[in-house]
Amino acid sequence: MKTTFIGLAALAVIAVGCAATQPLPSSQELDQKALTVIKASFREQGIAKLDRLDQDLGQRACSSDKPPGADVAQQVETAALATIKWPVDGRYLGDWKEGEKLAQNGRGATWTDKADAANGGSCYNCHQIGKAELSFGTIGPSLYNYGKLRGVADPASPTSAPIVQYTWGKLWNSKAYAACSNMPRFGHAALLTQDQIRDVMALLLDPRSPVNQ
Amino acid sequence: MRYLLIAGALLASVLGVSAQQKSAADGIAEYRKMLEDGNPAELFEAKGEVLWKQRRGPRNASLERCDLGKGPGIVKGAWVELPRWFADTQRVQDLESRLLTCMETLQGLNAVEIAKTPFGRGEQVSMEALVAFISAESRGLKVSLPQSHREEQVMYEIGKRAFFFRGGPMDFSCSSCHNQAGQRVRLQDLPNLTVNPGDGVGFAAWPAYRVSSGELWSMQRRLNDCFRQQRFPYPGYASDVTIALGVYMGVNAKGAQSIAPALKR
Repeated sequence: MKTTFIGLAALAVIAVGCAATQPLPSSQELDQKALTVIKASFREQGIAKLDRLDQDLGQRACSSDKPPGADVAQQVETAALATIKWPVDGRYLGDWKEGEKLAQNGRGATWTDKADAANGGSCYNCHQIGKAELSFGTIGPSLYNYGKLRGVADPASPTSAPIVQYTWGKLWNSKAYAACSNMPRFGHAALLTQDQIRDVMALLLDPRSPVNQ
Repeated sequence: MRYLLIAGALLASVLGVSAQQKSAADGIAEYRKMLEDGNPAELFEAKGEVLWKQRRGPRNASLERCDLGKGPGIVKGAWVELPRWFADTQRVQDLESRLLTCMETLQGLNAVEIAKTPFGRGEQVSMEALVAFISAESRGLKVSLPQSHREEQVMYEIGKRAFFFRGGPMDFSCSSCHNQAGQRVRLQDLPNLTVNPGDGVGFAAWPAYRVSSGELWSMQRRLNDCFRQQRFPYPGYASDVTIALGVYMGVNAKGAQSIAPALKR
């Protein structure tokens, strides 16, 4: 009896020792564990429902400290390009003044925002845009003189078409041109409407916009 | 209140004059210097010390027997070693989740109810004061989270994956803003949390007193508002994802000197 007791005690010591020292789970097992922890840790609040944790191909591919392989990146970009809705009437530019307001406005899509409130574009959070605004972020490149630097003298001219279309595409689904771009997919994720995107386009490309002065 | 107004006015004058020439961090540093002997966080620290020693809850007990990782009742140096593994709960716990355990086991308070209470209300107000007191007892010490237990290592790996996890309508992860030094959102400097961002920066600056809201924010509240701005759903208070992120940031910040509770805009 005494021997059994000592035996059990020794086993318990070994078991505790193993729990602390056994090798870590494999990388795939840790991926699975992390996903389980993430799913179990959040609850819905206001407009922020739990489906926000369901990743699409691109989000999954860009969720580690290493970029995805070239083939996966290509797959993400091709799929993203196919989602872009081009303006049916061919009208790409709206009002740059409204675009500036959208660029300034960082509201929308948090659990403290209302479902029916219009979103801003949050552009100044990450980009320099108009020269008058000194409070700008630096995660994205400066967009000051965006159209001017790209030689857009008349946005409606055929020579301007490639850059106008690229800019529209970038705003609609940034991942079409860089799989792991930090920029939100404003059109694809319905963060901005077509008309709002037209206004941001004008801010960047209209020669009369302060961005291009 | 008057004190806070003066503090706010001071900050406004420091930032207003200079923020656009200097970085916001320079302005804050200057403001911190001016308030060196009067960080409003001290009010929370004093209140937290009283709460730590006060007999409260259905069991009419104080928290003085609470084990924050260095033995029952030892507060000094505890904060810079959290989150860590606790054998009694069989969990890796951060300061807030550990306090919930102690409030329940020692004082008989309801941990689930406290975790569900919105920030700034009820026992969450006690929590703010307690984290201010406990973190202040490690002021000037270097961040040094233990990583010898397997579960501490597993939580680091989970935290790393959570840090890079993209989701929500804007495709953001923690990494979108915090994987490079020298970046800003508007004028706000963003620490690189994938490495040690330096003394008193990032992990080593929270909990902190926020001048803009007049509140004392724990790391739990800091992470909660990050996730809000990340457009994620709501992270549970003291949930495992928040603890895992604490382990990831804390281990990365090894050697950084803690200035918590710091002063923030």
